[in-house]
Amino acid sequence: MPTTLTIADVERIAALAQLELTDEEKQLFTRQLADILHYAEQVQAIDTSGVPATAYVNAAQRTERDDEPRPSLPTEEAIANAPDAAPEAGLFRVPRVIGG
Amino acid sequence: MNVLDTSASALRNEIAAGRLSAAEACRAALDRIASVNEALNAFNLVDRDRALDRAGDIDRRRAAGEALGPLGGVPIALKDNMDVRGMPTTASSRILEHFVPPYDATVVRRLEHAGAVIVGKTNCDEFAMGSSNENSAFGPVHNPWALDRIPGGSSGGSAAAVASRCVPLALGSDTGGSIRQPAACCGVVGLKPSYGRVSRYGLLAFASSLDQIGPFARTVADAALTLGVLAGEDRCDATTSREPVPDFAAALTGDVKDIRIGVPRAFVNEGVDEEVRRAYESALETLRRSGATLVDIDLPHAKYAVPVYYLVCTAEASSNLARYDGVKYGYRSRAAKDSLKEMYSRTRDEGFGPEVKRRIMLGTYVLSAGYYDAFYLKALQVRTLLRHDYDQAFERVDVVAMPTMPTPPFRLGEKASDPLQMYLGDIFTVSANLAGLPGISVPCGFSKDGLPIGFQLMGRMFDEATVLRVADAYERATDWHTRAPSLT
Repeated sequence: MPTTLTIADVERIAALAQLELTDEEKQLFTRQLADILHYAEQVQAIDTSGVPATAYVNAAQRTERDDEPRPSLPTEEAIANAPDAAPEAGLFRVPRVIGG
Repeated sequence: MNVLDTSASALRNEIAAGRLSAAEACRAALDRIASVNEALNAFNLVDRDRALDRAGDIDRRRAAGEALGPLGGVPIALKDNMDVRGMPTTASSRILEHFVPPYDATVVRRLEHAGAVIVGKTNCDEFAMGSSNENSAFGPVHNPWALDRIPGGSSGGSAAAVASRCVPLALGSDTGGSIRQPAACCGVVGLKPSYGRVSRYGLLAFASSLDQIGPFARTVADAALTLGVLAGEDRCDATTSREPVPDFAAALTGDVKDIRIGVPRAFVNEGVDEEVRRAYESALETLRRSGATLVDIDLPHAKYAVPVYYLVCTAEASSNLARYDGVKYGYRSRAAKDSLKEMYSRTRDEGFGPEVKRRIMLGTYVLSAGYYDAFYLKALQVRTLLRHDYDQAFERVDVVAMPTMPTPPFRLGEKASDPLQMYLGDIFTVSANLAGLPGISVPCGFSKDGLPIGFQLMGRMFDEATVLRVADAYERATDWHTRAPSLT
């Protein structure tokens, strides 16, 4: 399955990734991503039938802990870095979500 | 005594004995930074007042008879992707503009508990994505050995700071070689611990199944000392291991007569620069003369490590970097006021640099419907095969030796327009991350142009002690690590 990439593909991926690319970036990434994917295709020739996937190398370790409450960041500190916050309400402020 | 040329352990002992104050050591580091940073661009931030304050605390506590920690009074620099409460973290990205973390990374807590004095944050590739440090929003770091060369990436500022004698120690993070490569380029020691050995709480995530924090130092003993401070389980990072933390310094016996070193010659000889190959062979010969046994090994899937790595790390990055959206912290585009979706996408396009966008795009692609099985899942399966190669090798040998990089550090700008060529330079370092293994780079010579070359040793998972022992034995038999760049 040789990878071909069109500007439309790049626009579709950019939309999924929430990136509004310039026309110049779209041109550049169409070429560069195709190069990289073409190179990465070599893994598809390797026989991996019956081989499990490794997502994490120490996945066998038990990671549960006791469900005990402990102190966390106060709200005012948690929102102190926001570009636009409503500190009195303890909320982040964002542009219109629906119908925008 | 030249404070700037003194090892971390010797500095600590001088301070403990009262022959040197922590404030003097700190001031020497700060003055050195002030004199060389314009040429190197190694630091994003220097917090002089905080550092002198902390150093003063150490001196007061020592005067009051308190015991000094293992890094008591030792100046240290942190890569600018680790959080220190109240000190801006930028990850060398525009998108984190004005971000001031409200908490300390676990490594910061551990370092300060051990008495280390943090002097500032070092420049790096944006979000640790890069092999040359050219992807920083604040401009590249320059190699102290040749200012027109790359310092290696992504922790280039940390390596340059240690090589140029600004600090005896620095921390970096290594996702695919980002500690070991700059260590090789700058002629210092760089250690990537096993996956799970050091907490990443407070480290800005790039690829969570690969990221690991580790030290830069000028000697293997100092790297061992620092790892001892950093290592151990942390309830704030569920991936940290419960493996006991051994006394790494005690492992440095100088004796390698029982050591079998795996040499994957077929893999190494493919596409390695001739000067690097000679330095590598000579390092192997040095260890053989010290009593170690060289054993030929085969790593049949190692040649696939680069494509596997870039499929895995970009997939994880595309997910991890979704959090930078102009809502909770950092930069927000002023261009989009009317719709949330537009605000997200404008903020991210304006805030991220080209390499970060490229990786987010690639990762989004390989995770998207129709390509997941062919690329991402396939890469995870080949990752398993690669781990098996190492498991088999480690049945016969104690460490595996490779060059750290296929070439000496190249010129700034030389590969900037060709990301694939840049990625290929990661061939010797990405395996350790994919398999979770510890790896170290130590200086092993210089090219005819006077550029540093690194020698890499990898070990079994959680066997940093053996990796450090062999690296230290090599260091005892050579003097490469004592050379300093002639930066004025």
